[in-house]
Amino acid sequence: MAENTDTVRGRDTAEDRDTAEDREFDDASRLSSAPEEEAAEPAAGEPVGIGVLGWLRWIWRQLTSMRVALILLFMLSIAAIPGSLVPQESGESALKVDDFKARHETLTPIYEKIGMFHVYSSPWFSAIYILLFVSLAGCILPRSWQFVGVLRSKPPAAPRNLTRLPVYTTWRTGADQEAVLAAAERVLKRRRFRAHTAHGAVSSEKGYLREAGNLLFHISLFGLLIAVAIGHLWNASGTKIVVEGEGFSNILTDYDDFSSGPFFNDDKLKGFGFTLDSFDAAYARSGSQRGTARKFQANVTYWDGSEGADRKGTIKVNEPLEIGGSKVYLTAHGYAPEITVRDGRGDVAFRGAVPCLPQDANATSQCVFKVPDYRTKDNGREQLGFQGFFAPTFGGATPKGMVSQFPALDFPALLLTAYHGDLGVDAGTPQNVYRLETTHLKQFKDAKGDPFRKALRPGEKFSLPNGAGTFEFRGVREFANFQVSEQPGNGLALGSAVLAIAGLAASLFIQRRRVWVRAAEDEDGTTVVEMAGLGRSESARIADELADIAADVQAGAPAAEDRQTRESEEE
Amino acid sequence: MFIAAEANENLAHISNVLMYSAMAVYTLSFLAHCAEWVFGGRSRIAVQSAAIAARREEPAGERAVTVQVRRSGAGTATLSRPKVVTKQPDRPCEDGPGAAGEDEQADLLGRMAVSLMVLGFLLHFGSVLCRGISVQRPPWGNMYEFSTTFALVAVGTYLVLLASKLRVRWLGLPVVTAVLLDLGIAITKLYTESDQLVPALHSYWLWIHVTTAILSGAALYLGAVTAVLYLFKDGYETRIAQGEPGGRLTTVWRRLPAAASLDKFSYRINAIIFPLYTFAIIAGAIWAEGAWGRYWGWDPKETWSFITWVGYAAYLHARATAGWKGRKAAYLALIAFACFLFNYYGVNLFITGKHSYAGV
Ligand code: HEM
Repeated sequence: MAENTDTVRGRDTAEDRDTAEDREFDDASRLSSAPEEEAAEPAAGEPVGIGVLGWLRWIWRQLTSMRVALILLFMLSIAAIPGSLVPQESGESALKVDDFKARHETLTPIYEKIGMFHVYSSPWFSAIYILLFVSLAGCILPRSWQFVGVLRSKPPAAPRNLTRLPVYTTWRTGADQEAVLAAAERVLKRRRFRAHTAHGAVSSEKGYLREAGNLLFHISLFGLLIAVAIGHLWNASGTKIVVEGEGFSNILTDYDDFSSGPFFNDDKLKGFGFTLDSFDAAYARSGSQRGTARKFQANVTYWDGSEGADRKGTIKVNEPLEIGGSKVYLTAHGYAPEITVRDGRGDVAFRGAVPCLPQDANATSQCVFKVPDYRTKDNGREQLGFQGFFAPTFGGATPKGMVSQFPALDFPALLLTAYHGDLGVDAGTPQNVYRLETTHLKQFKDAKGDPFRKALRPGEKFSLPNGAGTFEFRGVREFANFQVSEQPGNGLALGSAVLAIAGLAASLFIQRRRVWVRAAEDEDGTTVVEMAGLGRSESARIADELADIAADVQAGAPAAEDRQTRESEEE
Repeated sequence: MFIAAEANENLAHISNVLMYSAMAVYTLSFLAHCAEWVFGGRSRIAVQSAAIAARREEPAGERAVTVQVRRSGAGTATLSRPKVVTKQPDRPCEDGPGAAGEDEQADLLGRMAVSLMVLGFLLHFGSVLCRGISVQRPPWGNMYEFSTTFALVAVGTYLVLLASKLRVRWLGLPVVTAVLLDLGIAITKLYTESDQLVPALHSYWLWIHVTTAILSGAALYLGAVTAVLYLFKDGYETRIAQGEPGGRLTTVWRRLPAAASLDKFSYRINAIIFPLYTFAIIAGAIWAEGAWGRYWGWDPKETWSFITWVGYAAYLHARATAGWKGRKAAYLALIAFACFLFNYYGVNLFITGKHSYAGV
């Protein structure tokens, strides 16, 4: 398990820190390229008098220290909080922003000033993560060089005093020094340690993958950042409502609404399209969750490129269809009544399926039908507007409208009132297709002078008062909302995430450790073998491993039955 | 056409009965754990042995590990055994004897508590299994189901640790307490009839995401509880080291493992789980990409998992930074876990986002 060396080093008392032996010991016991905290905490006033360069260096050193990285990480997580509590303009809660602003009059101007409605692109949030990534770069680069250096050089020489290391063992053997060292090097290499012998001792090290993993993890974070940036700058996405039997082609004018990143070029929209052949939906018929959706599926025919062949496909809620690098998602669905409106002379003034906007879980929908090309009985130019509700399962009307009792088409009905006059569609200003602008419209009245209201079942029709025309409700088709989006950088994001996890796992699960074996001839002709190990913690693992290695080395350098070992046996 | 398989009401009912039974058994286990702590504290032996342990002369912070030398040839008998000396940190880290002290009666109660926990686990498992069969899908589709599975995994993890001979019986009481709380909230506040799922939740990435998130949460809970105990025990050890009295709950602190052991245990759990939690978030992002057309959209749930993740990253950094070890790092771990909990209960209940489920 990963821990770190500071506990090992931290035990050294301050007094003897500066002796040569200690420095050598420190070098040997550094198992990580993590910047040393001492460097991050210069003596008070250190930068004074070194000039601008000195200050810059000091700032850089502060910025790239582990302590500052820690503080920035902490700040980043705190800074992310407000965005989850205040509705965000760019997010899915965009519709709630206006609502929030209406309810909080005093807070709104302050919030607007500090970017509370777009926290994740606000200057202060950006500042934190940019500083963090600068710090990360400043941290990774030197660490990478250092790591390359470690890989190219040999494991550090054995400290003079092996007994100071956290795990240690010794024995005497009759084998000579050369044989012991050769055996030790062989054993260590067999255990995949990098080992070499110099000055009567074997130095060895293993677990480099830990450091490599750590670097890989941090570098992958850069990959993620770049992927997010690419996605932000070059993305394009739009929505389109398609009624069964109708189609969509990927040109700007065919979108209901479209937005793209600052660097996206609208001419680059790929030439593809699809038609919605049919839409399948299924709902829970019983139980406490009666009415919740069980299945949504759009069956489409699509083509890629102007010469592309027609192909069949399905789009489900979790399964977008990929066409030519773009993805088509199914986001919602609803009903589109098929209607025919005849004018005062009996000619068809409007014919088509018009989507109604679902209002609740049972698909009670709000409908608006606009008939701009209409002639009165005496051939006068006017416009008609109808407004009302559609219910797939009619459950009765209230004075304000009607309610649906189930989202499937069990007992569809349409309830409408009618207007004539000027729809305002010719003014050139864009109009909401789901809203009737009634300022220049007059409502039709029935014989009693009340507003004209009619309920219709499919196949039924009604006549407007005074022979003003007829309205026929021919049937119902389903429509689906599609989101078409092109998101470059997704692959990079996924790749970086996978590498990050791999790096993280290596960094946390692999232990980097060193083992030294020293053999020295004693006066009485035997050889004293000393072995010591250093892991990133005082965990039992390094002790067990050292014991195993010792046992293996003893196969080539059997312990001699001597005074010292006998003593220690008796203890 | 997909025919919605009707939930098997009978099995769903059995699942509920099993859940109530499991809670009853967990309650008994809770009482047995409490009794163990109470009787273990009264035991004179425990007090004496602790006093003796304090007086015993430790060989200057060194612990010897003797190793059997493995020999293949039977003729060459063991000549000697290398003795590996392991150094100990400054503070003697004598692990306490555990909840029972050395009182036999308390130990018996403790064993009963563990047995009851195993029985509760089996009933609990049966309940979750029946629920899963009754809806013909993994039973992790709404908050009631998350909560029951979460508790199941917490108990399971604890029992696995026990079974692998780790001395973690001191974790029993906090685990069973949290499990009872969690199940109580699940039954009373979050209960949802068993049923099918809305189409947005039909994705195998969802199952991967939810499974790993539940596993992470249950394990992180163990890490957080240990961090709390570490803070108390560390305070106690500091007081003792300064020659002060151990405080009101001395008999409790004395029976816990050493602060260093608790710290290490907590770190290990958090460090092992961190990559899994990272994976859970990434699986969630992959699912979101398929469902909503973007892998990250700062939805409250996503935001809080980001906050939690960064919190744990800060904790891991803190452990690697000299001045931030120990207590400060433990506080960070607790803050990060609090974020996890808020993401679980707070965001689902108080903030509406895209992550709203059938029922709650
Ligand atoms: C972008 C935000 C960052 C995140 C999310 C992050 C995350 C992590 C995580 C999870 C670990 C734990 C892995 C382990 O213990 O081996 C870690 C380790 C480490 N990080 Fe970062 N890090 C970030 C930025 C930085 C920066 C800016 C620095 C340099 C100042 C840095 C230096 C280190 C070092 C040296 C380690 C290894 C510690 C050790 O040897 O145990 N990290 N980081």
